[in-house]
Amino acid sequence: MSDDIIAPLEDYIKTQIIKQPKRALKPDESLISSGLIDSFNLVDLALFVEDTFGVRIDDSELNAQTFDTLDQLAALIQARRS
Amino acid sequence: MPTFSDLLKDHCEQKPDVVAVYLLHSGQPDFPLSYRQLIQGSAGYARTYAGQGIRPGEVIVLILQHGVDLLYAYFGAVLHGAIPAIMPFLTEKLLPERYRADLASLVSVTQPSAIVTYPDFEPEVRAALKPGDSVRSVIISNQVETPCEPDFLVLGGLKRKPEDIALLQHSSGTTGLQKGVALSHQAVFNQLESYRLALHMREDDIFVSWLPLYHDMGLIACYLMPILLGYPLVLISPFDWVRAPYRLLQAVSRYKGTLSWLPNFAYNFCAQKIRDRDLEGVNLSSWRAISNCSEPMRWESHQAFYERFRTFGLRYETLTTCYAMAENVFAVTQGGVDGRVVVDEVDRDSLQIDRLARPPVSGKATIKMLSAGRPIRNVAVRAVDGHGKDVPERHIGEIALKSDCMLTEYYHRPDSTKKAFLDGWYLTGDFGYLAEGEVYVTGRKKDLIIVGGKNIYPQDLEQLAMDVPGVHPGRVVAFGVFNETTGTEDVVMVAEVDEEEADERQRIADQIRHVVTRGSAVTLRYVHIVGKHWLVKTSSGKTARSANREKFLAEMQKTGQVF
Repeated sequence: MSDDIIAPLEDYIKTQIIKQPKRALKPDESLISSGLIDSFNLVDLALFVEDTFGVRIDDSELNAQTFDTLDQLAALIQARRS
Repeated sequence: MPTFSDLLKDHCEQKPDVVAVYLLHSGQPDFPLSYRQLIQGSAGYARTYAGQGIRPGEVIVLILQHGVDLLYAYFGAVLHGAIPAIMPFLTEKLLPERYRADLASLVSVTQPSAIVTYPDFEPEVRAALKPGDSVRSVIISNQVETPCEPDFLVLGGLKRKPEDIALLQHSSGTTGLQKGVALSHQAVFNQLESYRLALHMREDDIFVSWLPLYHDMGLIACYLMPILLGYPLVLISPFDWVRAPYRLLQAVSRYKGTLSWLPNFAYNFCAQKIRDRDLEGVNLSSWRAISNCSEPMRWESHQAFYERFRTFGLRYETLTTCYAMAENVFAVTQGGVDGRVVVDEVDRDSLQIDRLARPPVSGKATIKMLSAGRPIRNVAVRAVDGHGKDVPERHIGEIALKSDCMLTEYYHRPDSTKKAFLDGWYLTGDFGYLAEGEVYVTGRKKDLIIVGGKNIYPQDLEQLAMDVPGVHPGRVVAFGVFNETTGTEDVVMVAEVDEEEADERQRIADQIRHVVTRGSAVTLRYVHIVGKHWLVKTSSGKTARSANREKFLAEMQKTGQVF
């Protein structure tokens, strides 16, 4: 999956959501089901994706079934961009 | 004095076709439910309970999500004369094993006779049960009798007495689930009657809520009050709201909602995370009272909410306050309905150090305290010292209260019930002061963290962290630190370890986060790993949470980290 999507997502999650800039996030690491991203942060993530990539994620898609990892979120963004 | 079932019967006979509840779900059309439908659906459940041999006066635990089944199962228990208790549903964050342990501990104390849940969730529920425990029946939502005409002559709910227990209300976590607040019909009605007057309820009032029903603010103010008193309720799923907070405002606009209750963080959340495109055509001018309740109320949060939504018709007068607790059924005070919420600007140092609310001193920092309002008419409030004696006006003391709507008991917990009262006054565990008849809540005596209106017992989190290899048993402490941006508390944990190597410490911190989140569904904002002898202990060897909190904050300040 292209880094130009994953890198900004990873940076945003580390600095703005979990507030641990030095922590490594693996592309296949669970974000939602592991509790790393709280339900209160999901709307932030959706707004960030919209502002950064011009792709809208509906609130009904903000769950671990739709995406749970950086890889899956990047794939979703890429599919909507094309 | 009626019981819940008497009122349901009256509504069913007098206004069967009036909508009691509009159920809102993302991606589905709004679902209006008339009193007739509500009572017939509930009668189906009542018949099922009877068929399963559940007796009036026994407890039924409901493990259901926002939706029609939860409403039917709840009022079905009421019509049957049983005692409903809602347990939060398992979230994806929480480990199923932990959930099972919590459910088992609820069962061991509360001794329910039945549990109602979905077919998919039945295995989880059964896994928590042991042979010989109190649960005789696990009732599956798709195997319940179809909606039917209630036979009011036979239903056990019509034979309950006002002093009988009507419902149990738990807070979350292992500790909370073992302490169910038992409320009688009479206590609930005394509260509703008094609170109705405090709110100046009008015929055209419409309640709009996204609050979960396992929480007292959701259950009493935004569920039982409208349904039992006969006001329409627009009920949004909490799951949907947290992902799309604009749904609340759209619902208020669409249904001309007048009354809502929100925890403080929700003001910040809405103000920061709703975009204009989701507010097209929204008109909030019908909203007449939004009560800020269930966690410390902040003037700044009200301002942010008002500034964000004033152009959509929101009036400043709509922002009201309330101090409430399950032990008093719900409201203790209400502010802002008879006039704007009183703002008491006081000297910050005096409040925090001398425990005294003094007028501002020129050039020194101040705090704008939002009044929680005046006690509602059936509640008396005092601020007392450690011996139960009144402290003078504007001095901080523990808030104590007396009313005719107090809990009957902590269910099956005579020890806790006894401890909660002093000479007939209920000791709230909250600190505050009284000034010109208004009540101001300043903090907590009890070690309790409140995140987003949800009560979290630090000992539950500490217990989980102690299981992490490398962490000393008894050498962890959890506490809350207020976050200005989110308008609620962040949870911080400090843990002592022998390990000195940085990477290994990071690994332990990650592990603590993981274990605590999966074990409690609480996200830790910060895990601070420290060396031996960092933690402050009391003379009896117990961890002093507030002293450790102060030490942590001082250390953060020194290293330039903002908290």
